[in-house]
Amino acid sequence: MKVLVPVKRVVDANVKVRVKTDGSGVDIANVKLSINPFDEIAVEEAVRLKEAGVATEVVAVSCGVAGCQETLRTAMAIGADRGTLVETEAELQPLAVAKLLQALVARDKVKLVVLGKQAIDDDANQVGQMLAALLDWPQATFASKVAVAGDTATVVREIDGGLETLELKLPAVITVDLRLNTPRYATLPNIMKAKKKPLESLTPEALGVDVRPRLATLRMAEPPKRQAGIKVASAAELVDKLKNEAKVI
Amino acid sequence: MAILIIAEHDNQSLKGATLNTVTAANCIGGELHVLVMGHHCQKAAEQAARVAGVAKVRVADAEHYEHALAENLAPLVVRVADEYTHLLAPATTAGKNLMPRVAALLDVAQVSEIVAVESADTFVRPIYAGNVLATVRSGDRVKVITVRGTGFEAAASQGGAAPIESIQPAARTNTSRFVSRQLTESARPELSAARRVISGGRGMGSAENFKLLEAIADKLGAAVGASRAAVDAGYVPNDYQVGQTGKVIAPELYIAVGISGAIQHLAGMKESKVIVAINKDEEAPIFQIADYGLVGDLFQVLPEFSHALDQLKPA
Repeated sequence: MKVLVPVKRVVDANVKVRVKTDGSGVDIANVKLSINPFDEIAVEEAVRLKEAGVATEVVAVSCGVAGCQETLRTAMAIGADRGTLVETEAELQPLAVAKLLQALVARDKVKLVVLGKQAIDDDANQVGQMLAALLDWPQATFASKVAVAGDTATVVREIDGGLETLELKLPAVITVDLRLNTPRYATLPNIMKAKKKPLESLTPEALGVDVRPRLATLRMAEPPKRQAGIKVASAAELVDKLKNEAKVI
Repeated sequence: MAILIIAEHDNQSLKGATLNTVTAANCIGGELHVLVMGHHCQKAAEQAARVAGVAKVRVADAEHYEHALAENLAPLVVRVADEYTHLLAPATTAGKNLMPRVAALLDVAQVSEIVAVESADTFVRPIYAGNVLATVRSGDRVKVITVRGTGFEAAASQGGAAPIESIQPAARTNTSRFVSRQLTESARPELSAARRVISGGRGMGSAENFKLLEAIADKLGAAVGASRAAVDAGYVPNDYQVGQTGKVIAPELYIAVGISGAIQHLAGMKESKVIVAINKDEEAPIFQIADYGLVGDLFQVLPEFSHALDQLKPA
């Protein structure tokens, strides 16, 4: 069974981004870029499925500028067999990404797509669900446990009130949450091997997909900053301030 | 303009998140309808009909709607979509699971987790863990939107008297099956809606130690939350997690105990009205956004805090 793992190159989780002074966007020049943490968890899960003999091939795909190749090499260092770059300078929004993935799923006869539940830059949380809709496949989002046996994926999902277990008939789309697994460190030998694994490059045009954005970003701004607070010296002082100053107790 | 709100409910009652979504819909303006899809969900539908500002409630009651599988719900929403200019759902795990599927079936974009409405086609949403607010405009014929509850006040749950109309469910699909659910039972207020929250982080050290927070929560009528680290360590279940990818809340009072204040945790609570931080590390980033910070060992501070709360009781 072929597993497709979309991976996104995003501003590193530890970076506190700044908005450009003209409000036209976020300043990401010279900022560290990394694999989206949720997608890294997805790659790890797909590789485990391969190690368990469930998946025959794990293909990583990234859509965007040429630099996304680094993210594909990271996925291959974790254990993906090959990488596909859908290269474009265009702004890609979730619906467009879902359509690109739909085209690849058809081309590569993929049976399972595993990806992060959201990207930590746009926090959209849409691609997996949109892809499932376009393919008319079942979906299990926010997965914290995945088990595949034969034609069935049993997924435990993290939901607002606790946990939920669903059974999906393959082919299916699964989006992963933080606690699904802890990705392995890429060892140096695996990083070296990854450099030699196949990486193909395509364009959205070659896949026949119109990637024009649907949402126009008018402006970006930082939210109002909180006023600086004070330190209190004791629990008693804290309670006094909460009652008499803040009036919240 | 007509707006359809997908109700968040458990068949027996309407969830609070729906009320915040009604307010967002009011900001957009137009006739508000609420869609209740469930099984034996008449009570939820009746509550929806009493919400102020709702013009009509549409109910689809079917066995295969009982557990809100997206594959079953999406086709029904799509079937009625062309009657509406906007489709809204709360940005709960249920809404986030369903709405992108609806949007893709309609071949339109989705605007996720709006916190403000500028006009019928322009919305504000948080990105980069809430460190940036993006104002976006949609040109699509129907706007599919999820609403972050903390961005909007809850609409009044009484005052409305909307008619309830039954609609034909869509066909059952067979590619997914609900197996089971494990929900956390608690007598405390629900974390997303609580006015006061006390949260523990890695510093709590164990699941057992969370009892210290629970005792204080009980005195304050508060909910208990946690950082990712505490959930990962197994101190509390996943639904306690406050953060960028957990629950985003904005209570009147948020007390962070043994939580360092990573960007991702702040994303989940930085809109709280009053923030208190208790941490033994005075360099912890949480102190930068705390209104009141107490540097100290939480195992010493918590009993003192609890005692001081007891002293507050009227004679």
